Amino acid sequence: MAVQDNMRSAPARTSLLNDPVFRGIIYQIVVAALVIAFFAWIAINTAQNLAAQNKSTGFDFLFRTAGFDISFTLFEWSRNSYYWQAFLAGLLNTLLVAVIGIVCATILGFTLGVARLSSNWLVSRFASVYIETIRNIPLLLQLFFWYFAVLKAMPAVRNSLAFPFDIYLNQRGLMIPRPLPDEQFGWVYIAIAVAILGAIGLSRWAKRRLDATGKRFPVLLAAIGLFIVVIGGTFLVSGASLSFDVPVLQRFNFAGGLQLPPELVALVFGLSIYTAAFIGENVRGGIQAVSHGQTEAAQSLGLKDGDRLRLVIIPQAMRVIVPPLTSQYLNLTKNSSLGAAIGYPELVNVFAGTTLNQTGKAIEVIAMTMGVYLVLSLLTSAFMNWYNSRVALVER
Amino acid sequence: MATDTVFVRTHFEEPRPAPGRIGGVSHWLRRNLFATPGDAVLTILGILFLLWVVPPLFNYVIGHAVPPGGTVEQCRAEGAGACWAYIAARFSFFIYGFYPPAEYWRPNLVFFMLAVLITPLLIPRAPFKRLNAILFFVVFPVVSFYLLNGGVFGMPRVPTEQWGGLMVTLIISLVGIICSIPIGILLALGRQSKLPIIKTLCVMFIELWRAVPLITVLFMASIMLPLFMPSGTTIDKLLRALVGVTLFASAYLAEVVRGGLQALPRGQYEAAAALGLSYWKRTYFIILPQALRHVIPGIVNTFIALFKDTSLVSIVGIFDLLNTVQSASSDVNWISPTQTITGYLFAGMVFWIFCFGMSRYSLFMERRLDTGHKR
Repeated sequence: MAVQDNMRSAPARTSLLNDPVFRGIIYQIVVAALVIAFFAWIAINTAQNLAAQNKSTGFDFLFRTAGFDISFTLFEWSRNSYYWQAFLAGLLNTLLVAVIGIVCATILGFTLGVARLSSNWLVSRFASVYIETIRNIPLLLQLFFWYFAVLKAMPAVRNSLAFPFDIYLNQRGLMIPRPLPDEQFGWVYIAIAVAILGAIGLSRWAKRRLDATGKRFPVLLAAIGLFIVVIGGTFLVSGASLSFDVPVLQRFNFAGGLQLPPELVALVFGLSIYTAAFIGENVRGGIQAVSHGQTEAAQSLGLKDGDRLRLVIIPQAMRVIVPPLTSQYLNLTKNSSLGAAIGYPELVNVFAGTTLNQTGKAIEVIAMTMGVYLVLSLLTSAFMNWYNSRVALVER
Repeated sequence: MATDTVFVRTHFEEPRPAPGRIGGVSHWLRRNLFATPGDAVLTILGILFLLWVVPPLFNYVIGHAVPPGGTVEQCRAEGAGACWAYIAARFSFFIYGFYPPAEYWRPNLVFFMLAVLITPLLIPRAPFKRLNAILFFVVFPVVSFYLLNGGVFGMPRVPTEQWGGLMVTLIISLVGIICSIPIGILLALGRQSKLPIIKTLCVMFIELWRAVPLITVLFMASIMLPLFMPSGTTIDKLLRALVGVTLFASAYLAEVVRGGLQALPRGQYEAAAALGLSYWKRTYFIILPQALRHVIPGIVNTFIALFKDTSLVSIVGIFDLLNTVQSASSDVNWISPTQTITGYLFAGMVFWIFCFGMSRYSLFMERRLDTGHKR
């Protein structure tokens, strides 16, 4: 009986010190106080140090004239440009390398991943030797190799290596023809946009029809046809013409064309080759993660090889591949900061390097640089979450 | 009669020939290299590529190379391959940096202790794991520091500015991993915590360091760390890089450990709580031993990434292996067309051997830990 009485009464009183909720609050207050004290200590020290060095803080330096040269910018740059323009130039150069690198690394990486699973022994060996070699050597060393040992050792301008389509490679970088669209070309841009929208609409309609009636529609062929007809038609009707400004060897250097500096070429080479090895492994893992039963089930349903890949294997493999793929893209973007070591004027080089040295605004400059990468990273993880929620398995 | 139409076999059917050999070279070739016409084309292209690449590469690295002990004139000769004589001549610079040659026995002793302590630690069956771990993670760093830095027992002091080469690469990566393991574990536990303030702080710390490139962390450490300290404090350049690398590595390690914590079945947490163990006892005796065991491959992979990333400290002016190779490539005594490439080949091989070895170890552990009933 006594036991039952005990059960009905209120839970035994414990000391407040042993109450987990109370303890949790105390712990958190202590930790928060320590962190705040730590930051306050840093802030006081920094203020004292800055005062001792007679330095001011604030972002007003952004609107002062930079007064240094940047070897490669995507917009007009002069010594009279402002520091915020230097920031922008660095940021744009970072994004430029990242975009080109991501495209190249994706193509190369998917090829490698598929090659590694090839039934051809020689091909799969090639892919694994490539991946094992490249992954285990530091990126910075590879960049040094491409820049100092390969591109700096290229022939001088007079003996440039000539490639088809007026492409030249020499010590001063890669010279490629520059496309020169004329005034009528605006119509073609509009046509491209229309064709893209049309293709999206077409695929949506085809999907809906497939869901409703089970009838397939050759979307890819139709979309290609749409592109050729709409864009080609506009091109002919509007009378637009596309000419190329080709690089021509003058007495001392090339004139005309688009001249890509060797730093950019080396950085794109190094980043794509390095990241492709990691992407290749992701792709291999993704394809292997689709169990063999899926292949067999698709075969027993009577699907053709192409349909089996397109409708059964690839959608499931992509679910595994895309999250690590986006983090590889983010890694590539972050690794583009190594361009600073070979003199490519990207964000870290122009801003955290030259600008910081000239203005001495260490805190502001480093904070802005880190902020850029932080924003890029947050955008990437936002995309990843969106994608994951879209493709996640719907479980009962 | 109807019985006349009955078919009666009068002789045995001739036996079919035995199937072609399943083993053997020709079968292997047909199945793996020439299965389809497309395969055959790929194979032939691959063989042509090998014929195009391998002989020149072999000649460059071995065939026409100048072996150690050669002279610079041989390296400058037309058509000479890699100049290994240059590597041999500058070898001690690549390993020890500017460390005074009379004191080379000190780093050598550290390398020796490292090998002796780490080998049994990596062999799962070797005994005395606890003692070994204490020696490696606590005693070894302290002893090494005093050995390398000197100033005690009559050993002359060698300032860190003179440290360099592979020695510094190993120091940075080892200190990075040894210091980041406890920090990473605490961060991972904090991230799993139910206390909102602690969880937020840990998430912010981890995500901040994971979002930014290591080079900005190193810049920050080398430029802003002196600003953060009370005025008058001077911080060693190597120490600044170590702080940056440790913070960076601990954020990555925290995510690896979190994977292990999340992979543990909830029942383990609940059973430990049901036994009446406190949080720290639960964590120390039940959770961590299981979680850490499962993330050993992940920790090794983080270590590989960290080892490769140490090459970035050359940007903030520390003479690690890559920086010694890079600066030696302007050595006027050994100027030759192949000097730069030979240096990179050497550095690449050293990094490759370390990283490849570690990645094989991580695969080995993965296979060992795979109990066969994955859920």
